[in-house]
Amino acid sequence: MGGFAEYELVEGDNGGTALVLSGPYLVSTIGTIDQDLRDLEGPLATIDLSAITEIDTVGAWMARRLAHDHGAEITGASERAERLIGALKDARTDEDLSAPRLPVWERVPQAMGDKVFAARHGVYGVLGFLGALLISSASLLRHPRRFRVLALVRQLELVGVTALPIIGLMSFLIGIVIAQQGAVQLAQFGAETLTVNLVGRITLRELGVLMTAIMVAGRSGSAFAAQIGTMRLTEEVDAMQTIGISPMEALVVPRILAAVLMMPLLGFYSAGVAIVGGAVVGQFMLGIPFWTFLMRIQEVVPLHDLWVGLIKAPVFGLIVALAGCYHGMQVKGNSEDVGLRTTMAVVTGIFAVIVIDAFFAVFFTEVGWG
Amino acid sequence: MAQDETGRDLGRHERYRGEFPIVVEGLTNAFGEQVVHEDLDLKVRRGEILGVVGGSGTGKSVLMRSIIGLQHPTAGEIRVFGRSITDSDPEDDIGIRNRWGVLFQGGALFSTLTVGENVEVPLKQFYPEIEPDLRHEIARYKVMLSGLPEEAVNKYPSELSGGMKKRAGLARALALDPELLFLDEPTAGLDPIGAAAFDRLTRELKETLGLTVFLITHDLDTLHEICDRVAVIADKKVIAVDTVPKLMELDHPWIQEYFNGPRGRAALTAQALDELRKHMDEPVAAHAVKALDKANMNKDKA
Repeated sequence: MGGFAEYELVEGDNGGTALVLSGPYLVSTIGTIDQDLRDLEGPLATIDLSAITEIDTVGAWMARRLAHDHGAEITGASERAERLIGALKDARTDEDLSAPRLPVWERVPQAMGDKVFAARHGVYGVLGFLGALLISSASLLRHPRRFRVLALVRQLELVGVTALPIIGLMSFLIGIVIAQQGAVQLAQFGAETLTVNLVGRITLRELGVLMTAIMVAGRSGSAFAAQIGTMRLTEEVDAMQTIGISPMEALVVPRILAAVLMMPLLGFYSAGVAIVGGAVVGQFMLGIPFWTFLMRIQEVVPLHDLWVGLIKAPVFGLIVALAGCYHGMQVKGNSEDVGLRTTMAVVTGIFAVIVIDAFFAVFFTEVGWG
Repeated sequence: MAQDETGRDLGRHERYRGEFPIVVEGLTNAFGEQVVHEDLDLKVRRGEILGVVGGSGTGKSVLMRSIIGLQHPTAGEIRVFGRSITDSDPEDDIGIRNRWGVLFQGGALFSTLTVGENVEVPLKQFYPEIEPDLRHEIARYKVMLSGLPEEAVNKYPSELSGGMKKRAGLARALALDPELLFLDEPTAGLDPIGAAAFDRLTRELKETLGLTVFLITHDLDTLHEICDRVAVIADKKVIAVDTVPKLMELDHPWIQEYFNGPRGRAALTAQALDELRKHMDEPVAAHAVKALDKANMNKDKA
């Protein structure tokens, strides 16, 4: 079975030009010849297929298109070629393959408009979700027997206990970095001993809770969105509702409560480990003995710094878990949406935490806890 | 006039002329302790529609995945177009992957591409020398061949109904003009009208394009209407390969229950009605079939 797809123009006896196709006309052989055939100058009277050795739908399509473009007649088609050409006779080719797109000057404003419009919906959605959460919390308070203790314990473990190693490591390293970098700067004033104040105050007041919130958003907020989102896709959430279980009570409340309860503990733990990290730097680089460093913390850090951290922590936990659960519940359609919503849960969670943190910073300074 | 001056190998292929495009010999598949297939043999004839049936969990899909090289068998030999599948990885180029098309159960369309672009993917992969113009044309007529409306080419899979997704998946399976077509439960989840239309389409395409079809199905109507032969998988083996009427005479409990159970009988009745309709008018035909069916039932009871 030989060669390439080939063609030849033959002047016929009765004036018309005949196009003689020969060789295999297959999807695998036609790529190189297509452009030449497209550029053929007419007119053609007949297209002779009798020398074609193999033909598939692509070859048939080519013959049909040539016949159509030049108004030529197809001759010498084998039984198979005729059948294939017959199957393709209704095919039209004017539809564009890619999805229709507007031009840029229309698309950009439209996308912006959509975003703004959706933002309003988003705000309504989040507020509505918060409201639904409060209502189901209230109804749980009235019917405490409906509360899912086991689910809560499970989530406490996932959000809190299993996060201990990673948050510990992260905080330890942050403590080291703050102490070491701070010491370098403070040494210029000969005030290395103030490193203790720096590490103690910044970790208890700000960084411990903030970094923990970011870590929890990445670990648990995303997990909430993905879990609940997948359950929505597999209609588990719908099944729950038909059985009479409120998804809000069964899925959302335990997760949010777990985050709210665990965040202060994790935040305090994080600050503590960071201070230990600072003390290690003190011991080995600043000549402040380890235990002296820890004793000094007690003296230089005002108690209200601890309160600032502990008050912020549950709020951050609420925001992060709310973002995760809200976006999880918004999943609809396909699995792609789960990924999208998970990303959104983490991004909005972290963003909202940082915004609220800025408000807290101003607020606590104003009330005299500076 | 030779068109390819560079003289490079165009990767042409001849159509397979042998009698059995798929040969499975002594196939054993085991997942840990669980043995799915044991010493399974199967030969698929060129140009036939082979239906594959079996209870849930008997490894119909595993068999298909083994044949197309996605599942490495524990033991045994599988040859497609005379070439061994078993000694190669799924990504290896063994020169036959452009000669079959596979329709997975859910359609398995790429969700970020439109239907037309989905059909283009195998063309781009195997024949990059095809110009975009021709590729677009091929994609469009393939979509039409699979019985989708013209507007469907630029829709995303998420905008299609279940039946349309199956057809779009079929269009992609047909993109390279394969000689061999694998269909995994093509009519599952379709309404009876859609399922019948899909059956008709499969038959038509098989005849027009000269396909060999390996068809996994649970649909008794599909078996009766379009399958040339049916392979029954039970007890980890293919216990029988034959036409439906001959299978029904076999004395195997599963086969008897499958084809002569209430659903099997209903499908048979429907087919008988179709046949009779050709020769007499409708009410008479329906009456005749009912009478026949009742007679059969009574015979069973007695």
